[in-house]
Amino acid sequence: MAGVDKNMPILIVDDYKTMLRIIRNLLKQLGFANVDEATDGSAALQKLRDREFGLVISDWNMEPMSGLQLLKEVRTDVKLKDLPFVMITAESKSENVIAAKEAGVSNYIVKPFNAATLKGKLVAVLGSF
Amino acid sequence: MPPPAAHAEIKKQLVELGRDRVGIDPGEIVEIVESVMASVDGDHESVSMGLHRDIEALAKFIRSARAEIADIRVDEIHSHHIPTATDELSAVVGATEQATNEIFEAVEIIEAAIEDMEPAVAERLSGAVTKIYEACGFQDITGQRVSKVVNTLQTVEEKVRSLLDALGDDTGREPRASTEPAAAPCAPAEAPEESATDADLMSGPQLPGNAMSQDDIDKLLADFD
Repeated sequence: MAGVDKNMPILIVDDYKTMLRIIRNLLKQLGFANVDEATDGSAALQKLRDREFGLVISDWNMEPMSGLQLLKEVRTDVKLKDLPFVMITAESKSENVIAAKEAGVSNYIVKPFNAATLKGKLVAVLGSF
Repeated sequence: MPPPAAHAEIKKQLVELGRDRVGIDPGEIVEIVESVMASVDGDHESVSMGLHRDIEALAKFIRSARAEIADIRVDEIHSHHIPTATDELSAVVGATEQATNEIFEAVEIIEAAIEDMEPAVAERLSGAVTKIYEACGFQDITGQRVSKVVNTLQTVEEKVRSLLDALGDDTGREPRASTEPAAAPCAPAEAPEESATDADLMSGPQLPGNAMSQDDIDKLLADFD
């Protein structure tokens, strides 16, 4: 196994700047320092189409484009459809999890979360690091 | 009482009946039928009176409800109370965001300094810093909860206003015409089906007893594999 490239670009998407900062800092602790940010789905989609990323970590509840809509756009885009996509959200109803899974989410983290959960899900999606 | 023409027709039929059935006195039948008709007339009047009383009580109730709704002073709710509550709650979110950012500034300085520390100390401090980052997630969660409260307040305001529009108020404003659709403040007029579904799914943080845990979510996801 080639292992995980810790220098790969990661896009984090959340409309709360404090949450972006938390995820960025936790990723940094895990060794991922090449992190870019967006505050809603449409801005994220533009960034994903402008340059190559190795992972998206996105909130759900955002305006004008939600995380679920972003996920659907990614999965229907020929160039982006295989991009690992982790949802980190306070939406914790089973219908949300099912909708995200049916839309092609790679993994799902419910807020509030801890560093161990984040690491565990990244390992599940990307492989051991 | 039945009209005279109908009365004559009934009498005629009774006479024929008396002719066919020997031993029956048509006069007695007329008496019975007239007493029944009188009784039915009495019931009709009784029903009408009851209905009238009910309608009067309903009208009184509506008048009273209109007066009580006017007393609520919906305009003040709209112009003062809701905006004040919304501003206060927004200030709570702003203050927690500012405090959280200040915590981040301090913690990021500590984290940078950790690199120069002895490994044993650095490890302990690094663990503590991680805990602080995790705990700062409260700002996002409380912000979303406050947004839900603000939305609820705005919904209450709109519902009260719609009720007042429907009933009319005591300031001379006429009730909304029945052909005019009532305002639907909580839903966009012509939202596409997909976005409405997405909107339905965005309910924010659940209360502790209603929320699925990460373990529950992991089990649910595993069911797809």
